[in-house]
Amino acid sequence: MRRDITLTVNDRVYELSVAVDRPLLEVLREDLELTGTKYGCGTGDCGTCVVEVDGRSVNSCLMLAVEADGCTIETVEGMAPGVNELHPIQRAFIDAGAVQCGYCTPGYLMTAQSFLRDHPEPSDEEIRSAFEGNLCRCTGYTKIREAILDAARALREEAGR
Amino acid sequence: MSTEFVNVGVRTPKKDVLPKVTGAARYLQDLEQPGMLHGAVLRSGISRARILSIDTRKAEAAPGVRKVLTGAHSEGIVFGFGKDNTPLKKDLVRCHFDEVAAVAADTEAQARAALELIEVEYEELPGVFSAEDALADGAPVLHEGRRNLFTKYDYKHGDLDAGLAASDEVIEMDIRLPQHSPGQLAPSGCMAAFDHEGRLTVWTPNQVPFLMAKDFADAFGIPGSKIRVIQPTIGGSFGKGLDTHTLDMITVLLARECGRPVKVVNTREEELRVCTTRQPSTVHARMGITRDGRIQAVEVDFLCDIGAYVSWGVGTPVVKLETVAALYRIPHAHMRARMVYTSNPYSGAIRGYGNPQATFILESLLDELAERIGMDKVQIRLLNANRPDSETPQGLQITSCGQRECIEKVAEMIGWGRELPANHGIGIAATMNVGGGARIYRSDGCGSIVKVDDFGKVTLITGTTEIGQGSETAMALIVAEELGVRAEDVSVVNTDTDVKPWDVGCHASRTTFIGGNSAILAAREAKAKILEYAAGKLEASPDELTIRDRMVFVTADPERAMPISTAVRKMHFRPGGSGVVGEAFYDPPNQMMDRRFYGNMSVAYGFGAQAAEVRVDPDTGEVEIVRLVAVHDAGRVINPLAAEGQIEGGAAMGIGYGLTEELQLDEGRLLNPSFLDYRLPSNQEVPKIEVGFVETVDPNGPFGAKGIGEMGLVPTAAALTNAVKDAVGVRMRRIPMTRERVYRALKGLDYMND
Repeated sequence: MRRDITLTVNDRVYELSVAVDRPLLEVLREDLELTGTKYGCGTGDCGTCVVEVDGRSVNSCLMLAVEADGCTIETVEGMAPGVNELHPIQRAFIDAGAVQCGYCTPGYLMTAQSFLRDHPEPSDEEIRSAFEGNLCRCTGYTKIREAILDAARALREEAGR
Repeated sequence: MSTEFVNVGVRTPKKDVLPKVTGAARYLQDLEQPGMLHGAVLRSGISRARILSIDTRKAEAAPGVRKVLTGAHSEGIVFGFGKDNTPLKKDLVRCHFDEVAAVAADTEAQARAALELIEVEYEELPGVFSAEDALADGAPVLHEGRRNLFTKYDYKHGDLDAGLAASDEVIEMDIRLPQHSPGQLAPSGCMAAFDHEGRLTVWTPNQVPFLMAKDFADAFGIPGSKIRVIQPTIGGSFGKGLDTHTLDMITVLLARECGRPVKVVNTREEELRVCTTRQPSTVHARMGITRDGRIQAVEVDFLCDIGAYVSWGVGTPVVKLETVAALYRIPHAHMRARMVYTSNPYSGAIRGYGNPQATFILESLLDELAERIGMDKVQIRLLNANRPDSETPQGLQITSCGQRECIEKVAEMIGWGRELPANHGIGIAATMNVGGGARIYRSDGCGSIVKVDDFGKVTLITGTTEIGQGSETAMALIVAEELGVRAEDVSVVNTDTDVKPWDVGCHASRTTFIGGNSAILAAREAKAKILEYAAGKLEASPDELTIRDRMVFVTADPERAMPISTAVRKMHFRPGGSGVVGEAFYDPPNQMMDRRFYGNMSVAYGFGAQAAEVRVDPDTGEVEIVRLVAVHDAGRVINPLAAEGQIEGGAAMGIGYGLTEELQLDEGRLLNPSFLDYRLPSNQEVPKIEVGFVETVDPNGPFGAKGIGEMGLVPTAAALTNAVKDAVGVRMRRIPMTRERVYRALKGLDYMND
């Protein structure tokens, strides 16, 4: 069974006809060719596929595309404000050395974006708890948590200006 | 940190990071070819059986299906480290995920749906699910014409009995070590295509692309000159990319039979089931020590379950015995390892390659002995630690060595000896790891080409492989330093065997040392060409010139100068002009081990020590890591940002090995094939990892550097169990230390046989 849906992804509107059993992750990657969002487990256990749906971070492997009908979605490809510009969270991940193989990175960036909106001044404890579902095998998390704290600082400074 | 360097030692973000934070990086999962089909693999789901029949007719007729292959299509194709495997099994299945059929279809969903339509009739045979059972009299023969005991290793130096006799205290211990998965976030996969002339191109997250090309050549009878291996961005590897996996072979087979490009990618469940592992082992070990704390003798006996097929995992005793012989100064040592076929999932290479196992054993024994003789656990390690410029009984030539300094510094950083709250404890463990290559083949070499263009852009074409660890950036820093430019001027080309010079591969923490030395030699040759030309223009001799910050100038008169870009441009634009390309192949002066496993395997050795503070909940057995400090000697640190990352990531993997990760089997069937049940350590389990370096300057390393990729993980599990002993008085002889096991140990119940 298929259904017609409308997704607004990274400020672009897509009219799609999709099979009702397809996860949002698959539609983003295959139909919209937004391959920045990664498949890691398909069961919501690793967080590599996190995107923002109406401002909330969601494991896109667990959400059906039809459930996102009418929603506004942001993926890692929509994060940078423009060519030669980076979002402060992207900048912080680069500078802190929080990226190694990079496969978990898009999910981290998207999770961080919604997390920092709700927690502009997070503690290390809050970060450890909020990012429990974002696995990383390369970095040992230390630099990722530093990056999130750095990004929070940068975003506060940006907001204060 | 030395101030004489402009690039080396500078905290430098990874060169490949921008595409990774913008979603532009293309991993295997993201690649497509025109006309590409998607493959899927049918696995036995039965641990040992005879295949009576396979009926593929329904699958062949299913929507989108282009080809269904079975064992009949694999006839004559043999591959694997022990040449005991074939892509699709025809007569016998030997483990629970053995591949019996493969489908290529227009979409992955169609290929997977078609698998359900394949009917296989089996006659189940009794499996063998432990190394002990496989060695028992009357055990089924798992590979026709071979013994279940695939191979054994026997290493000794000194005289064990004399060493034990000279000891005042001897401890014996039985230890069980788990099956541990690489757990990289990107599941494995492969894409393959043949062109009109039968040339094969393979896209793969493999770590040893030149050896892989040889594997394909041998298996399929294709001339190696017609095989090209391309490495896309690799989503973690940790050693599993040393083997050419069955999935890779099946992908090539499908591409050949379909005459179209084919891609096959594992789901997470498949990945956890099939990916090669750190092999489970049972161990009996002894250590003897004098009253004043000098280790006299060590004996370790490994019984290793290598699983249904032989892969790279079978060679790990070579590293284990090196640790048993030389983690500390040990006059008498004896190590045996029996590598045994079973019907279980099979083992491969994982970061550390035997070293975490051996280090766990030695550090557990030493910790107990320190208690018995009433000696401080830091002091006993300092007393027995290796010294610079020494030779071990096995013949390792230790040059730079900061092992003692690492132990001292880690003790200081963790606050050794301070008062701790109830149920808290601190444990310490040291490590030694090859850091200057490892001659496990006749070559340990790596080629490099450095070219400089007339914009001043430098391109390093290197045989090395980037698996996320930051090798590209290290290579760029090294070349920039040698050439007198900035790291941002250097682009690194390293992903295509048709382009890059030969390299034996990314393993044994060898890339910075071997690839770095190779890159220096190539850069030096390019630099000499520029200097020779500039000397004429600047009216000086080449040895009177310096290149710094992209400028060539007369050292004694810096006003007489020209940019590199100008020099190269003028070299091109003249009658009989020339280019600027330097080339080198570096093969280190290390030795193959002899038949007794003696020899200087590496040109340099890395060292380290880690200390953990834990809190153990006596009511639940839960182990919480309060602090983890890691101090390592990797020679001069080329890129502190990346080096810290290697140690932090390694230590986190070591936390998994010690605390959370174990592939659980029931008669060869994996019980926990998901990240929910196979627990990689998360942000919750991993504290801030505090990293320190002891920067010895290695005489043979590139700018004094040694390898660092593996050792971050090696001592972690041992430090954790030693901390648990300190906290609550139980010696955990089995890892991972799950809550239940610690709880049972606290209650005096058996936890070795669950």
